Amino acid sequence: MLLLQGIAWIFDPAHWVSVNSGLGIGGEIVSHLFYTVLSVAVAAIIAVPIGLAIGHTGRGRGVAILIGNVVRAFPTLGLLAILLLLLGFGLLPTLVVFVLLGIPPLLAGAYAGVESVDRQTVDAARAMGMTEWQVLTKVELPLAAPLLLGGLRSSTLQVIATVALVSEFGSDSLGAFIISGAATQDYVEMIAGSILVTVLALLADALLAGAQRLTVPRGVPRGVGGRTTARGRRILTAPSGAPISEGN
Amino acid sequence: MDWVWTHLDLISGETLAHIGLSVPPIVIGLLVSIPLGYWASRSAVARSVLLTVGNILYTIPALALVVLVPVVLGLSLLNPLNVVAALTIYAVAIMVRSAADAFASVSADVRESATAQGYSASQRFFRVELPLAGPVLLAGVRVVSVSTISLVTIGALVGIPSLGSFFTDGFQRAFPLEVAVGFVLVLVLAAVFDVVLTLLGWALLPWNRGARLTASAARVLSQPQPSSAGVP
Amino acid sequence: MAIEFRHVSKTFPDGTTAVEDFSLTIPSHETTVFVGSSGCGKTTLLRMINRMVDPSSGSILIDGQDISGIPPVGLRRSIGYVMQNSGLLPHRTVADNVATVPMLTGVPKRKAREDALALLDRVGLDRGLAKRYPAQLSGGQQQRVGVARGLAVDPNILLMDEPFCAVDPIVRDELQQELLRLQGTLGKTVVFVTHDIDEAFLLGNQVVILQRGGRVAQVGTPKQILADPANEFVADFIGAKRGKRRLTAEVAASGDDVLLVDAAGYAAGVITAPGGRLELAAAGTGPKSRSVSNKTDQAGDA
Repeated sequence: MLLLQGIAWIFDPAHWVSVNSGLGIGGEIVSHLFYTVLSVAVAAIIAVPIGLAIGHTGRGRGVAILIGNVVRAFPTLGLLAILLLLLGFGLLPTLVVFVLLGIPPLLAGAYAGVESVDRQTVDAARAMGMTEWQVLTKVELPLAAPLLLGGLRSSTLQVIATVALVSEFGSDSLGAFIISGAATQDYVEMIAGSILVTVLALLADALLAGAQRLTVPRGVPRGVGGRTTARGRRILTAPSGAPISEGN
Repeated sequence: MDWVWTHLDLISGETLAHIGLSVPPIVIGLLVSIPLGYWASRSAVARSVLLTVGNILYTIPALALVVLVPVVLGLSLLNPLNVVAALTIYAVAIMVRSAADAFASVSADVRESATAQGYSASQRFFRVELPLAGPVLLAGVRVVSVSTISLVTIGALVGIPSLGSFFTDGFQRAFPLEVAVGFVLVLVLAAVFDVVLTLLGWALLPWNRGARLTASAARVLSQPQPSSAGVP
Repeated sequence: MAIEFRHVSKTFPDGTTAVEDFSLTIPSHETTVFVGSSGCGKTTLLRMINRMVDPSSGSILIDGQDISGIPPVGLRRSIGYVMQNSGLLPHRTVADNVATVPMLTGVPKRKAREDALALLDRVGLDRGLAKRYPAQLSGGQQQRVGVARGLAVDPNILLMDEPFCAVDPIVRDELQQELLRLQGTLGKTVVFVTHDIDEAFLLGNQVVILQRGGRVAQVGTPKQILADPANEFVADFIGAKRGKRRLTAEVAASGDDVLLVDAAGYAAGVITAPGGRLELAAAGTGPKSRSVSNKTDQAGDA
């Protein structure tokens, strides 16, 4: 069965060193992770402060949503192709594309997170005499953390998937096995590559989902955001999951 | 731009191929996710299971899914149906969530009054719940449509023709115009599909005309849409 | 600390005028209640005191000092504020919630937490709740924590924005009594906002009845207002027109408590005379001699 053959291919130690006189599994994993971590970090540095500001001040939200949806409608493959052709090859242009695609989910996670905090809680914090900065760091950030982490999760998966494509354009990633396997009709290599990419994505998702669960502040039951009962009592809950994950 | 005029045949051919690969996942995705979503809205266990499975499937990058699906289904690896199958899986994964939300948004009061008036269960479903869930379902389909049209391009990496072929081909020839043409056409297709879907919604959901989006529909539409690399 | 409003007006950016030319002196160490229907500007006026809202024109003085010159953050840390839905921070324990402002002003954590426990006692809460989170408390308990938090820095001024309206009547009653008891011992300058005239009459030393745009319909003690409503609006608002405030004594069989009925004939309460029956003037004299103020010490309900 092809699936089993694919798994066997992965466990072949020779493949970890080198495949078809190119990088082996080990090398591709390292390359893939390197691109991913670096791009997500840069995207976070750019997107999170802006997203927090949008959520905190309430301004710029429409623009952010619009940009987010527009960028996400772009076919990633085409974006990679055209930007690499125009910007040239090399580390920097490649990273630019990854960062660009990693920004929207982080941005959305940041402002959605801040917006999910009950306005009355923020108002009370301000009325108690917290400075704006204190309101942001002591109240909004802790309560926004789950959605923020959700944005990080979406962004990471987005970048992992995009990095897989970049082998078509000459860079190294786990996608190389799929793409070169397709070119040489080496079906086993293709399957092996798919399994590797899938496992990486699922592992990263599981890890970040766990981290997300950890950021839910104690005393705030996980649920679907705050709600108000018939008598106007607010049930205080924290939202869970990424911006488009279940229950949101 | 000469290239465009001299290659109109090629361009229209790939566009048609692209449409052919995009429509089935959207339609099948919608049809499959309606009963699944309904089930998820009525049962907390079902919701939890379906959405978790959907999440996992959705996490798998498109490129990998396009290869794994034929292996599981036993199809040839270079069969265009692989793309359709993989994208259908994505479509269902996205839409089940929207459908569950859509049916959950039909208020219990309305359902109860329909039952009290004497609707049978299936009558109630087709004449009350489905229409009322319509707006949110429509919002979900629009999201799926954009995402599917984008993702079809990935097939080019494994030799399945579509507008994505212009990306790979254009890159190999260092010919930005070709890539740009493919890019623009993908966006145009997505826009056209969106307009068609909106018109369909306008026609089929007359009480919704001019109405502002329901909270659920607005929420679905305002969320970051899935990217073309096939990630949540 | 006396609070003075001088010709204060507020127009919001969207064009609504919440308050028009409002002037009033709020005496210190007393409870002043702003009461009126929705939209009369009472909450806006309250929130101007701790500069959550700044007036469009006019000035507000606390103890003679114009507060527009005081930085808002510092001002707010010296004024207690209790909101309608307690506004507790959901991710902090009860004790930490109460201790929030003291810690902001630099009180060491340990002392702040100890003081918090003492405050819980003061508002009638069990110390065992200190380590719980707000979501685990009932509505009434959350409101008490809100009051404790407002008292945490021992402010001279306590602002309360419809704090008891989101709980059920029995709990509301308890909370009102708690506030009266606290005021008895602490004597803060309390500014209280409500839409409930009965609550206003119960809690207020000075009651300010407001109409749209923050216009003062009447200012006075509850007795003054009940005895002499200034105009139709006030009379209507306090229920005088519907005869709810004009009670007559119905003499039942001899030896019984005297029953009070309102103008529509509904029973409103009883007069219990200590040690004997109440002697009433004979029928035929003017209505005033037979009507009794609603606000006797025993008539806590009506």
